[in-house]
Amino acid sequence: MKTVIALSGLVLVLFAASLLIGPAAVGVPDQLRALLTGEGEAVVLVMREIRLPRALLGLMVGAALGLSGAAMQGYLRNPLAEPGLIGVSPAASLGAVLALQTGLAAAFAPALPLAALLAAGLSVGLLFVLAGPRGGALTLILAGVALSALAGALTSLVLSLSPNPFAVAEIVFWLMGSLADRSMLHVWLAAPVMAVGVLLLMGTGRGLDALTLGEDAAAALGIPLRRLRAQVVLGVAALVGAATAVAGAVGFVGLVVPHVLRPLVGGRPAALLPVSALGGAAVVLAADIATRVIAPDRDLKLGVLTAIVGAPFFFHLIFRMRRGLE
Amino acid sequence: MNLLELSDLTVARGGVPVVQRASLSLAGGEFVGLVGPNGAGKTTLMRAALGLVEHGGQSSLARMPAAQRARHAAFLPQTREVAWPVSVEVLAALGRVPHGGRMQAADRAAVAQALARMGMEPLRTRNVQELSGGELARALIARVLAQETPLVLADEPVAGLDPAQQIRTMQVFAALAAEGRGVVASIHDLGLAARHCTRIVVLDRGRVVADGAPMAVLDDATLAGTFGIRAYRAVADGPVLMPLSVFP
Repeated sequence: MKTVIALSGLVLVLFAASLLIGPAAVGVPDQLRALLTGEGEAVVLVMREIRLPRALLGLMVGAALGLSGAAMQGYLRNPLAEPGLIGVSPAASLGAVLALQTGLAAAFAPALPLAALLAAGLSVGLLFVLAGPRGGALTLILAGVALSALAGALTSLVLSLSPNPFAVAEIVFWLMGSLADRSMLHVWLAAPVMAVGVLLLMGTGRGLDALTLGEDAAAALGIPLRRLRAQVVLGVAALVGAATAVAGAVGFVGLVVPHVLRPLVGGRPAALLPVSALGGAAVVLAADIATRVIAPDRDLKLGVLTAIVGAPFFFHLIFRMRRGLE
Repeated sequence: MNLLELSDLTVARGGVPVVQRASLSLAGGEFVGLVGPNGAGKTTLMRAALGLVEHGGQSSLARMPAAQRARHAAFLPQTREVAWPVSVEVLAALGRVPHGGRMQAADRAAVAQALARMGMEPLRTRNVQELSGGELARALIARVLAQETPLVLADEPVAGLDPAQQIRTMQVFAALAAEGRGVVASIHDLGLAARHCTRIVVLDRGRVVADGAPMAVLDDATLAGTFGIRAYRAVADGPVLMPLSVFP
């Protein structure tokens, strides 16, 4: 409980910081007045159309990645599992890339996130067909790996056949993941899909706890494993699909955040779900603020930053694990 | 009303029969030792009885709705895997999952009693991934006890325990039976089974070949035919059976 309160406080502070930090040189009182009352034209535009969606998306994308990472690790009973494992993220990226390449995204702004969501939905359907109705965790991973490989290959194919170097550059930058230049439209597109994902995953706590003892013991404890699998996969797909559709690929959050927070909740998968969602939100908000503070005049990509910070952090975890084993 | 009723239970894997027309009924007060050589089908019989694998024939457990079954029968799988670094207490509390909702006073009492029964009270805050093999085995049995079911199915519960813990565990199961509950435990140590179980069921190549009072079932013919061994018998505060040699 203490962990939840502390993390909620941290998320709140970071959300406020994300609203208030930016290149527009305006005092904090003016910023707040503009945001809340709508007085002061240029400032209102900055606050309501640029900063607010960016902060909201940071919160949502981070929470989505943290929550789905915790659910995925709990379901697969593996601390190295990550939400991208089921292939939704590469599929959503492929959808977005196709929208960029065909020029749809330029003609009609919501086309990009919509295409990404559509591709994510298709990939989940394919995943269930591949993994089969009775398949366990292993077939699910194999199907996810196969789909990821296919989506990645098709993305590369689109890039390599692209006649327009500017389009290629745009696609490559989009793939790196970012929250810059997003609008409230992105928030409204992602919010309902993510809400469905959250609802699905909230009901999995008991089943994930029981899975601590293995699949046989969980089934004997009365957990309907097939329904649990469907709930986890669909929930993760909705959250990761929506997150990728609005922010591109933001890596390492879903992998590292649950891993780091697990000891704080005594290892219980159900307790980890909300804590990991808060942790993910904090990390993405902080990383997005960092992209603005470190290089205000360049477009440092969020996904690049999370990977650069996340990877060494992972090295540290590996060393700690080795010390525990030796 | 029997706690478990299996009739003509049959499981085939890839066309090869693993369990063939096994029938068994178990009443409260019985501690059944399920014995048989490796690959005789002991694990598969228990999993099929619980409805965890597809099977032919009838099992009274498999017919129950999953939630009701989990309050009727607890299952201790053979593999002692615990995925996450939870405490012994949290592990045992997983036995309360079928009883639903938040932990009430009754749930906490059941967990405390289960831990005390397995002598795990002093270790209750320890991380299960830092326990010894024997301690982990006892923590997992405590989970099964915390489930407070009329029937317990345990797959090799005493494998890997030291002699004192093996005897204590067998006594815990015997005490459950004395309380009127039913226990089915697969076990390789024929001496322990003969001494502590109220009844022995011998499984050989998927078939139930003998079923009855321990020393009557484990006679020379069955030991020779099913296990290929010869044994020494005696009486010392109860039956003693010691395997001696393997038939060539």
